[in-house]
Amino acid sequence: MLHIEGLTAEVDGKPILQGIDLQVPTGEVHAIMGPNGSGKSTLSYVLAGRDGYEVTGGIATLDGRDILAMEPEERAAAGVFLAFQYPVELPGVGNAMFLRTALNAVRRGRGESDLDAMQFLKLARERMKALSMPEDMLKRGVNVGFSGGEKKRNEILQMALLQPAFAILDETDSGLDIDALKIVADGVNAMRGPGFSALVITHYQRLLDYIVPDRVHVLMGGRIVKSGGPELAQELEAQGYGAVQAAA
Amino acid sequence: MTAAQTGAAGFLARYEGLKDHLPGARKPWLNALRADAAAHFAARGFPTRRVEQWKYTDLAPVAQAAFAEPLTSVGGSVRLPAANSPHRAVFVDGRFRLDLSTLDGLPFRVRGLAQDLAEAEPHLGALAKPEAEPLAALNTMLFEDGVFLELPEGVDGGLLELVSVAVDPGRPFAFHPRHLVRLGAGARLTLIETATGAGTCLHNPVFEIDVAEGAMLTHGRMLQEAATVFHLSTIYARIAAGATYDNFTVAAGPRLTRNEIHAALVGPHAACHMNGAQMAADGQHVDTTTSLDHAAPDCASRQTYKTVLTGRARGVFQGKIHVHRVAQRTDGYQMNQALLLSEEAEIDSKPQLEIYADDVKCSHGATVGALDADSLFYLRSRGIPGDQARAMLVEAFLHEAVETVTDETLKGALTRVLDAWWERQGVAA
Repeated sequence: MLHIEGLTAEVDGKPILQGIDLQVPTGEVHAIMGPNGSGKSTLSYVLAGRDGYEVTGGIATLDGRDILAMEPEERAAAGVFLAFQYPVELPGVGNAMFLRTALNAVRRGRGESDLDAMQFLKLARERMKALSMPEDMLKRGVNVGFSGGEKKRNEILQMALLQPAFAILDETDSGLDIDALKIVADGVNAMRGPGFSALVITHYQRLLDYIVPDRVHVLMGGRIVKSGGPELAQELEAQGYGAVQAAA
Repeated sequence: MTAAQTGAAGFLARYEGLKDHLPGARKPWLNALRADAAAHFAARGFPTRRVEQWKYTDLAPVAQAAFAEPLTSVGGSVRLPAANSPHRAVFVDGRFRLDLSTLDGLPFRVRGLAQDLAEAEPHLGALAKPEAEPLAALNTMLFEDGVFLELPEGVDGGLLELVSVAVDPGRPFAFHPRHLVRLGAGARLTLIETATGAGTCLHNPVFEIDVAEGAMLTHGRMLQEAATVFHLSTIYARIAAGATYDNFTVAAGPRLTRNEIHAALVGPHAACHMNGAQMAADGQHVDTTTSLDHAAPDCASRQTYKTVLTGRARGVFQGKIHVHRVAQRTDGYQMNQALLLSEEAEIDSKPQLEIYADDVKCSHGATVGALDADSLFYLRSRGIPGDQARAMLVEAFLHEAVETVTDETLKGALTRVLDAWWERQGVAA
């Protein structure tokens, strides 16, 4: 279970998160919605441990472990995964080598043995098939020359391989057409189960038609201002964030 | 006993003392060539940083040392680097060693220049410019040997490795090999050069490379001498119509490396590729200086150089492209990228385009920076530890440099040198 309490953070000395309280019980998928600049991406970077995002107060634990004290790679080994809004291109780093290195690093963190090249390929091919990814994406540089949709699928592939306990999907729906959106949503839904929880960050309700959340939270001005069931997403779509702000 | 003379004076004194004993000393044409070069060297000496082409590379440590000639006929055992080809021409301290070379079955002749100066006469000095480059003057004045390769028309020479080993005699020494490489029309050759050596040593080779119509020379260079060695090489290449000269140089070792290339595209549809990776750690200096003459229409040139610096290393890239008035439809590209892995490392980068034709496609670019923070975070967020993530990104940067190399043997050899360098940095850090 992810437990966040009174979390405040700043970027370049500017306060962005102003006291986040949030619980995502194991097995549940929660959505965070909010207008631009509300702190959605900051929250995801703070949880993943990006440099330049300074935590000034509060706590964040995953299954009781303080993730804010960990290096980014330790968080990954502890089960945190961030699907990036803008996945980075890594020319010269082969996708297969990258995926296998990441998988084995996380497996080592969990006390599991490394997968050899053959075992890895078998697993990767299986997962890629489920995401309708052409096999040559393994041979290319990480995200190099990938379309927007391919980059997002590559993120979901990484999640499917690393099998995190808690995933943050940062606007994974942006730039996706409806077919790609369904494939990505299927990928996330396939992960759902008693050992997995996720935070789905999105502007739009559209993604939540395919990944139906257990709870929806509205983030505005660096705080969770409203929480509710999946119907809250529809409300927001119909009335906009202004109505929530007025009520809050 | 007087102190040994240093710098230019020291070399000029050596020339005066040796000139009647140098190879070809009884050939008037060669004596004239050497005397002329000596006059140029006496007039200019070692270039200082006031000279534009040497603004960023200081030869004072070379000029201040008192170098002797290497001892003749080292008969003892010589440790050769691992072979990259079954065919190797081996030079020890700049002298051809037939006994250490394996040349059987090559479809062309490999000679030591000193043995065949008569045949070299029309070619020796045909391309080098001792009046413009003091190091070429120094080389011309004092060279004793070098490789002399001539591929007849249409011959596919396959792969030949040129091995240069410098054996530390325990005192500063210098050698100035002169290499002549000539490909007849339509000939092909892959020449892989491996330079190793130790001791306080100046290795000052000059290449005169002539690639005739439709011929293709792939020239891979791996400069891996010890961090006490000064490696100053000057290459002159003349590329005829439809011919290709493809140079890839890795500098990963010497205290000071200057990789200076002057290439001229002199016939239509000629091509020149000059690529490389230069790496330096604390106290080392790497310099790639290229000068490319587009002197004929419809020629293409590609240059991509990568520099990786750690500690207080210094790097230099100077690339000049001169497109002559006649060189219409020139297609030129130059890119140089530097990765600085410490706050103290420094790179000077100077692209220079002079274009006198009007129908030309010419572009250049330069990037300098530390490892990309976003890339590093991306890798670490996937569980890859920081050190391993940094190593992956440096390797990727270096491997990208060799992506353009099509010869698989050469590519493999270059990649091993790059990886070995990076591994040594890991051990040092």
